[in-house]
Amino acid sequence: MNAHILTLSGVSLHALPSGALWAPDTGTLTVSDLHLGKSDRIARRRGIMLPPYETRATLDKLDTLIETHEPQRVICLGDSFDDIDAANSLDEVEKMQLARQQAGRDWIWIEGNHDPGPVDLGGRHLKELACGPLTYRHIAETDATGEISGHYHPKCGLPRGGSRPAFLIDAARVILPAFGAFTGGLRASHPALQALMSKDATAVLTGKKAMPVPFAATR
Amino acid sequence: MLDRADAPALLLIAPTGGGKTLAGFLPTLAELSDGQHVGIHTLYVSPLKALAADIKRNLRTPVDEMGLPIRIEDRTGDTSATQKKRQRADPPHILLTTPESLALLTSYEDAPRMFRGLQRVIVDEIHALQESKRGDQLMLALGRLQRLAPGLRRVGLSATVEDPAIIAKSLACHPDPCEILHADPGPAPDISMLVTEEKPPWSGGGAAYAIPAVLEQVRKHKTTLIFHNTRAQAEIFFHNLWLSNTDDLPIGIHHGSLSRDQREKVEGAMVRGDLRAIVCTGSLDLGIDWGDVDLVIQIGAPKNVKRLIQRIGRANHRYNAPSKALLVPANRFEVIECIAALDAAMEGDLDGDPPGPGPRDVLCQHILISACAGPFSADDLFAEVRTVGAFANLTRAQFDECLEFCATGGYALRAYDKWKRLKEINDMWHLRDPRATRNIRMNIGTIQDTDTLKVRFKGSFKSLGEIEEGFAASLTPGDTFLIGGRIVRYESLREMTVEVSRNASKKPKIATFMGTKFATSTQLQARILRMFETGDLDSLPDHTRDWLNLQKEVSKLPEANRILVESFHHNGQAHTVFYGFAGRNAMQTLGLLLTQRMEQLALNPLGFVATDYATMVWGLDPVTDPTPLLQPDALRDGFETWLQGNAVMKKTFRTAATIAGLIERNLPQARKSGRQATFSSDILYETLVKYDPDHLMLDITRDEALSGLVDLGRIEEMLARTNGRFDHVVRDHVTPLAAPLMLEVGRVPIKGEGRELLVERETQALMEASGLNQIDVPKSKPQWRVGW
Repeated sequence: MNAHILTLSGVSLHALPSGALWAPDTGTLTVSDLHLGKSDRIARRRGIMLPPYETRATLDKLDTLIETHEPQRVICLGDSFDDIDAANSLDEVEKMQLARQQAGRDWIWIEGNHDPGPVDLGGRHLKELACGPLTYRHIAETDATGEISGHYHPKCGLPRGGSRPAFLIDAARVILPAFGAFTGGLRASHPALQALMSKDATAVLTGKKAMPVPFAATR
Repeated sequence: MLDRADAPALLLIAPTGGGKTLAGFLPTLAELSDGQHVGIHTLYVSPLKALAADIKRNLRTPVDEMGLPIRIEDRTGDTSATQKKRQRADPPHILLTTPESLALLTSYEDAPRMFRGLQRVIVDEIHALQESKRGDQLMLALGRLQRLAPGLRRVGLSATVEDPAIIAKSLACHPDPCEILHADPGPAPDISMLVTEEKPPWSGGGAAYAIPAVLEQVRKHKTTLIFHNTRAQAEIFFHNLWLSNTDDLPIGIHHGSLSRDQREKVEGAMVRGDLRAIVCTGSLDLGIDWGDVDLVIQIGAPKNVKRLIQRIGRANHRYNAPSKALLVPANRFEVIECIAALDAAMEGDLDGDPPGPGPRDVLCQHILISACAGPFSADDLFAEVRTVGAFANLTRAQFDECLEFCATGGYALRAYDKWKRLKEINDMWHLRDPRATRNIRMNIGTIQDTDTLKVRFKGSFKSLGEIEEGFAASLTPGDTFLIGGRIVRYESLREMTVEVSRNASKKPKIATFMGTKFATSTQLQARILRMFETGDLDSLPDHTRDWLNLQKEVSKLPEANRILVESFHHNGQAHTVFYGFAGRNAMQTLGLLLTQRMEQLALNPLGFVATDYATMVWGLDPVTDPTPLLQPDALRDGFETWLQGNAVMKKTFRTAATIAGLIERNLPQARKSGRQATFSSDILYETLVKYDPDHLMLDITRDEALSGLVDLGRIEEMLARTNGRFDHVVRDHVTPLAAPLMLEVGRVPIKGEGRELLVERETQALMEASGLNQIDVPKSKPQWRVGW
């Protein structure tokens, strides 16, 4: 399956090459920072009309994952929408696609700094979610354990060059890379990430295969 | 000039330094002498800020001596905001400017008032603008000015070119005719190759070996211009020149990445005759009148005979004396190229390609600029655009597609209803949000600067110049680099400015500036291949002849009608070199095509590097039979699928999308705002390819790439002359001709299976090294070592 298998607070988790996190024991699929409706927000705020297809591209990627794993629960870990207005800008095709994905599943929108309120698109809306020893929230908290979060869009470079979106993993937490199509990334060397992750943390690079590498060795 | 002062369009062809610029101004001075004219009478446009400043100086003197009541001012990116504001309120009689500053001027609502009385426009060095989108932008702006001032007369000033009629056609307001005047070309230039005791190195562009000989020449002449093809090379050369300059000869440096202060200082010193030499790049490439230059030295092969001739024209601005120039090849292969260029220059064999239709990304920008100036009617704008030579054959459908793109983005599957950029009300197009003007104006221009950061001394506000963001990112505190001929030490990055301190170390890390890399022209390549084929190597110096003879012994020399292919192992990887002689851009494309084919054949290519004459591919598995790689039909078939996915297309897309206003220029103020706002334009490209493959931007990208960076034309030329014929030479070691390629910079990584395999190996080796995999992946040890 090309995933990287890890254990957090005793729970087995699969860091998938696509940047999603799969918990087989509970049938939970987690994705973070979808930023749906981003092009709409940019057009509204800056008058720049980017290709308005990032919502489709992101949902298409999610389709593939849902078909493969048939999760019982899908957690969108915050910043699912670029802002609340962007959530309302989804067109009928996109809404239908989302509704199909949600059908028969427990769908949870965790709130993020970009989308801090409920959206009218099905699913439950939570500030954070506790699930056994694990806590799902948007932004990592310093003293947390068993925490799964997003927000930072981490990406890691190897010493010999190139950089990819990556999971950051240590004994206390997992930070997910951004799943959305039009998202940038924050370098592993950024102080915010350096402060959060322990020295022996692992970065898992996304791509065709999930590839673990010592966090300290990345740039 | 005075006889033809009333011609609607006139092109004056004269060798550099023939005093043609002043001639261009004669009718203006005559018409302004009575002091009656109010507002702008003549607009002078040049491709370089430095040229505008220089003309201001040269024009001021005769005007003052004659006591003419004429106000002359320049307006460029360097002009202060207060000065610019004043110029709009109270314009001078003669305004000296650049295409970008002019485009910006036409975007203001008061443009009709400002240009109402405009009589003449002079486009200097029009041959240099002709070959770029800057020229197209300028001609679109002139179309606009012609509508504001219908009596406008146009004058173009050009250096010697192979086909003046093409330039004349682009200058005239279509379909007006344009007369061409030829000035006396003067005596033939005196060009030769600099002979040095030291042999040129195998690769690189520094030409450090030639420093003592160059200094000797500087000593022998009054003033020498030392041209380089890139800024980085100019910096390194200048540094080395000073280390050897025991006589303390006054020598300066001038290139586009230096701060305005620095450049002006050097220009001033040059005009006063205080300098014995200037190390420079294309920023001094055009007709700046430097007075007493009596020698031009060209470091590195000139790549293109036309440009060589124009650079040489810099020396001896007198008609009766021949210009004197020396070519200094930077490496062994360039020796061959220099000899070929000398032959071509002697025979007056200038090179050049016919221009294509007007670029539509520039048209999109022009539509947005028009919208900034005020509401417009599509019919009027279309008629105006068609008066521009390059756009004379633009169809209404093409125009409407560009307008639609500017208005709504032009997306097929999902429309921006609420947030369109332009709205049509009563047949007039308006900006939906008038605040958008600021954004549009900030993005005016067609020059793609790589992202650069200002450099200054810690605690000082004075800028030393700029370095590329990518280079800045590679620096850690304590690293040293060269800028403006000084070695500085990197201290910190503050608010998008690189802070440095003085440093006396001898070995700097070198600043990497993106210099435009020109492809060697077809004509020059053909001359080189002819030299190889006839086996007539007598005109070459011993060291180069010996090298080629060694190549003949070990392998063979390339021929015009067959592709030489060499395979060997180096550093544990399989290398294959294809000598196609099609110029850098086409050889780059060939590299992408070949690696795609190799990927299909499971040869696990890892990367390639291209020069003007060869492409070298390396990978995990060797090429045993090049036949499936070089079949012309297979190459052409693979082209379509290949074209969409390749890096050149993405790069071209970024350029076109920025010019057309789809993405914003990466301005410093924009870069400060949050990380999530910035993501790669590659993602936009890929999304469009997947969801909207017929979108205008992809269409433009394809057109551009085929004629520009992809250079399909020269690939076709190569295929036509070789038609699948090749010689495959397999050797144990690097061959003499391939050796320089090993040191070539600009390697392109291939993101295929081979790369995945290597990344996997590296991550696993790092895990292994850290002992972390004991915890995570309790599997067997890796079987290999990382090494590429």
